[in-house]
Amino acid sequence: MEVTDKNAKPKIKLAVYWGAACGGCCVSVLDVHESLFDVVAAADLVFWPIALDTKYKDVEAMADQEIDVTLFNGAVRNSENEHLAHLLRQKTKVLVAYGSCAHMGGIPGLGNFSDREGIFERVYDTTETTVNPDKIRPQQETKMKEGILELPEFYNDVRSLDQVVDVDYYLPGCPPQTERLVEVFMAIVTGAELPPKGSVVGALEKSQCDECNRKKTDNKTIKEFHRPIDIQDDGETCFLEQGVICMGPATRGGCGVRCIEGNAPCRGCYGPPADAKDPGAKMMSAIGTMIDSNEEEEIKKIVDQIDDPAGTFYRFSLPGSIIRRKLL
Amino acid sequence: MEEFKPTIVSFLCNWCSYTGADLAGTSRMKYAPNIRVIRVMCSGRVDPTFVLTAFKEGADGVLICGCHPGDCHYHEGNYKCLRRYHLLQKYIQQMGIHKDRLRLAWVSASEGKQFAELANEMTETVTALGPCEIKEVMETLA
Amino acid sequence: MSKRITIDPITRLEGHGKVEIFLTDEGDVDNVYFQVPELRGFEKFCEGRPVEELAQIVTKICGVCPGCHHMASGKAADAVYGVEPPPTAKKLRELFYMAHFVHSHIAHFYALAAPDFVVGPTAPAAERNVLGVINKVGVEIGTEVLKQRRIAQEIQALLGGHQTHVVMNIPGGVRKGLTAEQRDDIVEKSKGFIEFSKFSLQVFNDIVLGNETYVDIILNGPYSLKLHSMGMVDENNKVNFYDGKVRVVDVEGNEHCKYSPNEYMDYVEERVEPWSYLKFPFLKKIGWKGFVDGQDSGVYHATPLSRLNAADGMATPLAQVEYDRMYETLGGKPVHATLAMHWARLIELLYSAERALELAEDPEIIGTDLRAPLDNVPNEGVGIVEAQRGTLTHHYWTDEKGIVTKANIVVGTTNNNAAICMSLKKAAQGLIKKGVEVNDGILNMVEMAFRAYDPCFSCATHNQPGKMPLVVNFRNKEGEIIRTASRD
Repeated sequence: MEVTDKNAKPKIKLAVYWGAACGGCCVSVLDVHESLFDVVAAADLVFWPIALDTKYKDVEAMADQEIDVTLFNGAVRNSENEHLAHLLRQKTKVLVAYGSCAHMGGIPGLGNFSDREGIFERVYDTTETTVNPDKIRPQQETKMKEGILELPEFYNDVRSLDQVVDVDYYLPGCPPQTERLVEVFMAIVTGAELPPKGSVVGALEKSQCDECNRKKTDNKTIKEFHRPIDIQDDGETCFLEQGVICMGPATRGGCGVRCIEGNAPCRGCYGPPADAKDPGAKMMSAIGTMIDSNEEEEIKKIVDQIDDPAGTFYRFSLPGSIIRRKLL
Repeated sequence: MEEFKPTIVSFLCNWCSYTGADLAGTSRMKYAPNIRVIRVMCSGRVDPTFVLTAFKEGADGVLICGCHPGDCHYHEGNYKCLRRYHLLQKYIQQMGIHKDRLRLAWVSASEGKQFAELANEMTETVTALGPCEIKEVMETLA
Repeated sequence: MSKRITIDPITRLEGHGKVEIFLTDEGDVDNVYFQVPELRGFEKFCEGRPVEELAQIVTKICGVCPGCHHMASGKAADAVYGVEPPPTAKKLRELFYMAHFVHSHIAHFYALAAPDFVVGPTAPAAERNVLGVINKVGVEIGTEVLKQRRIAQEIQALLGGHQTHVVMNIPGGVRKGLTAEQRDDIVEKSKGFIEFSKFSLQVFNDIVLGNETYVDIILNGPYSLKLHSMGMVDENNKVNFYDGKVRVVDVEGNEHCKYSPNEYMDYVEERVEPWSYLKFPFLKKIGWKGFVDGQDSGVYHATPLSRLNAADGMATPLAQVEYDRMYETLGGKPVHATLAMHWARLIELLYSAERALELAEDPEIIGTDLRAPLDNVPNEGVGIVEAQRGTLTHHYWTDEKGIVTKANIVVGTTNNNAAICMSLKKAAQGLIKKGVEVNDGILNMVEMAFRAYDPCFSCATHNQPGKMPLVVNFRNKEGEIIRTASRD
């Protein structure tokens, strides 16, 4: 399947690795579908546990910066994730925080509402089908008669990739929309000038609202908030104007408004737009402007209709936000 | 053991509440020194990131003061602040920060005495709550 | 003195895992441990979220079978509200779900399973990948695989908005319907799926079943475990992925139990080991007897083969013919040969394609009644579906506003945790013995025991270098390496 061309550029070495991840980002790489031939013509995949049999030892044996680009997806949840983040940083020229989890913590970041013991207690003790009278917990070292078995340490906190190592670029999304990945990949391969280090790539500078096709007026005023289950969505009108929380105003565009195409309000997986560091703060500001009341009691009543602001405004970004974990 | 002295970051709007606080000062009213004043043009200028950053940097309490409803120099600014405040309250409580650590009050330019009382009251409340540990918790990983 | 072989990480599957093989002094396998080093804690951080949001949070448990979690969650949320979606909504969900199975089963077979059979389990490593498969069966197939997978993804995007982390479900129904034109397009595409499924079964028939060596490996290789089989069935006891009751049959094929979603806690329990983050489900009524197989063991599996074992047949005609043929060829029901899971998977592929066509041709599929009203106070509910790799259970409790207070999730692959441990051990014991040189082919055949269960990730990657670099270190009890066998 290789294209042999004397004038062909040398292939770039590409790695894709996952921390605390779901595999969706790897699927997004595969969703290049038939363009896979073009990707493969330009890149040598050197490390991708889901697809290739390269082992950790092989990465350790690589020279520093031998890998041209690593797409690191998944959050940093345990010591194995952290170790690989450091290892890949060392072996990689351009390290990309790929997907929401690496960017700002992602869905696993919701674990920051709890801690190790809180999670262990639910998973290994109190779940209704679990029978564990001796309160066994996974251990970093277990001595069996044959030898010692090891597991990584599960940290109290979930972290984004840049909270552990220096990151060159961020490619947001849960997962990133494949077309955006291809655009970034082609830019790298063709040697185009890359934006300054630390930039968000593969996403628009403006918010979702810019791309969204739903009908909207200039002046959003909300008298009452509704959960999606409380309304019959008309399929056409801006969610916020129907009283349903939509993270569009506080989220970068670039995904093709895919959730809204499915008639579900945006939940913010592309992270905050360029002018806002903290997506939840941005959303709170936006909602503050939209609430149509100046009476304190009425305002309190309207705000009370927003269930779970922390879990909605920071659905994908809790570890990467200003208050990045709950005080227990 | 050292007695706990809270740090309360305070955003005061230029036209009403900052002037009111100033009046307390020029009138030689004594009030708790724990209030660290930051002057903003309007309470509507207080972005949620200001409040959250204050807690992140180690504030034990955050006090926002603005003009009384109807008196805002920019008409609507204090109402925007009021709405954001209630949202922030709901959010910080979800994050384990006690609701009494964040407070919004209306203070007019002539209410020097009220400002002093407010400062003392809030300091007493936050002292009783103890230090806000969110900064320490965020800095201690694993 | 205990010698040790470590495989870390295991690769070509979804998720993190490692295998520790301990040898006796003689060089036979003493014991094998399969360890899962990852955990994220969904059962904890779903607490406090509105229940209708869970369908979009739990898809992130897995980016390969997000549709499965979405369906289980949607059904659980319906149960929480005590509501039944209208017929059109249910059919749209099931149609989405069939496309989801098509994409996953195609990709798994061609990228992960086929190399071991089409090219050969001990063939040179460089050929043992999807490229090797294509060399054997033709270049058009590779493009066709990518194309069929793309079409299945497009149907998912059409019905579900987000093509991976689908958003279609809402308590009481779905958010979006189908137009007549979209339906016509799906009808054509479903016919394409059926043709491709038939072709894939033909490939399996010609290249695997037509080869005595492979049939011998399937039937007589160290890959057989006599375990209870679990799968969801409809009211006629035919395989159904979307709805029905969960049926378990014993090693002889007799019904052990058949339960509806609300009863699952009476039949399944989970235990914890300190050397793995993943729990080990077992059958409650039998109890945990250890990592053993047999009629008296509580260990069970939930895989395509388990589903076919647990059912009386397939609900669609072409798949039924293949079902009968498989059991005839392999000597009757139930089948315990682990590698037959690959065959069962292709039969399911055909069923998914046929069922997709049935649903697409149903006049109700373009109905406009998509949501039932929520009249009840939300409380508690269970939703069960078949994920590609096993029975999936979501159980939610909420307060009276519908905010989640607790969640319990038993995931497809989790059902198979104990069985996978045992399959790996049996394969290693059968293959690694005193006097046997532990080489690349042997190690691959150990991995085949794992691969049959369908690792969570379906990969249609094109560029597998064919290399399976593996280093096997033999250590003495001081931990010093005394010998190394490796392949690049």
